[in-house]
Amino acid sequence: MSTETAQAEVKKPAEGLLSKRRKKFITDPLVDNNPITIQVLGICSALAVTTQLQPTLVMAISVIFVMVMANLTISLLRNTIPSRVRIIVQLAVIASLVTLVNEVLKAFAFDMYKELSVFVGLIITNCIVMGRLEAFALGNKPYDSVLDGFGSALGYAWIILAVAFFRELLGSGSVFGVPVYDSISGLFGEDFSLATNGLMVSPVGAFIILGLIIWVQRTKTGYVEHN
Amino acid sequence: MELINLGIKSIFIENMVFAYFLGMCSFLAVSKKVSTALGLGTAVIFVLTVTVPTNWLLNEYILKEGALAWLGESMATIDLSFLRFIMFIAIIAAMVQLVEMIVEKFAPALYGALGIFLPLIAVNCAILGGSLFMATRDYTLAEAGVYGFGSGVGFFLAMVALAAIREKLKYSNVPNGLKGLGITMLLTGLMGVAFMSFMGIDL
Repeated sequence: MSTETAQAEVKKPAEGLLSKRRKKFITDPLVDNNPITIQVLGICSALAVTTQLQPTLVMAISVIFVMVMANLTISLLRNTIPSRVRIIVQLAVIASLVTLVNEVLKAFAFDMYKELSVFVGLIITNCIVMGRLEAFALGNKPYDSVLDGFGSALGYAWIILAVAFFRELLGSGSVFGVPVYDSISGLFGEDFSLATNGLMVSPVGAFIILGLIIWVQRTKTGYVEHN
Repeated sequence: MELINLGIKSIFIENMVFAYFLGMCSFLAVSKKVSTALGLGTAVIFVLTVTVPTNWLLNEYILKEGALAWLGESMATIDLSFLRFIMFIAIIAAMVQLVEMIVEKFAPALYGALGIFLPLIAVNCAILGGSLFMATRDYTLAEAGVYGFGSGVGFFLAMVALAAIREKLKYSNVPNGLKGLGITMLLTGLMGVAFMSFMGIDL
């Protein structure tokens, strides 16, 4: 008994699995340092899939998976990668993971695979993934990198889900394919009906919704960009 | 005639930026000044025009199902299309490197003007997107070339136009939260409305 305590005293106390510092990896990218609204990364593949909530959810899960695994892999390899060829190594790791996601979708959710078409492939060039690998995973331990990747991907996921929620609600009058507009207008009798806004389904709607989300968020956090 | 139609379609109707949101990162980051936007736009046109046909050849003779038939009967059943992503991105990275070396050798002035943007094109989604669309739409070699060039020109136009607007925007009083990214997003949306007017034109 006494020897055990003595050993524990010699060793530095191990950091908790979710210590304050580590929690910050996850919570920071959600609002204060959001990859989309603050760092302006990964907008490319984000907006195209957000007309409906369901494909957006699949996209979000795919990005979370790719980011966590890519961060883990690169972090494990970080001492063996020569810095001159690191970009191509990172691209190879990301491309393999994305191929994996693509094949899984093709096998188990073929309709979704058809709907997302090239946009799953475009996760490869999603700047968030490359950005986190370059900025974090190359210089940190595997567990921290996994948390960091997870946090950044979550920050990305909630923004695209928010955009998709508004676009689907206003553009198609439904949420997750459940026709909300129809059931609301059903309450008021036959003469009453809510009109959907076709602009929200088009790409223009995505830009405007995201612009407004950024406005609201930056007003709340007080972040101001100076040109 | 078909080819001209495809070219016009890829420039205006199916514009990379406004219809598919591709290349948004560099579109937003580099559109602060017209001169840099011109440089990057030119480089994107160039790289797209080179990589889309190259990837077409790769897809047609190596990756597609049955594409290896030219190696003999036994190879005809092999389907390597799952390797598409990794091969395309490798080709793009290699091409960008090649383009960089050629430009450095023969046009040092342009090389200096493009600077860091040239290597960064490798991770521009518009480039990979062009190749992936080409593969899913079963274009011929000539169509692939025209499509690559057309989508490059579309990206170029969109980016230079946005840069011009943003230069003027410096003189206007934008609300604090909207400064920078927010107002650019709304602007892109409005430009998208303008580009939507090309939709429905039947070529």
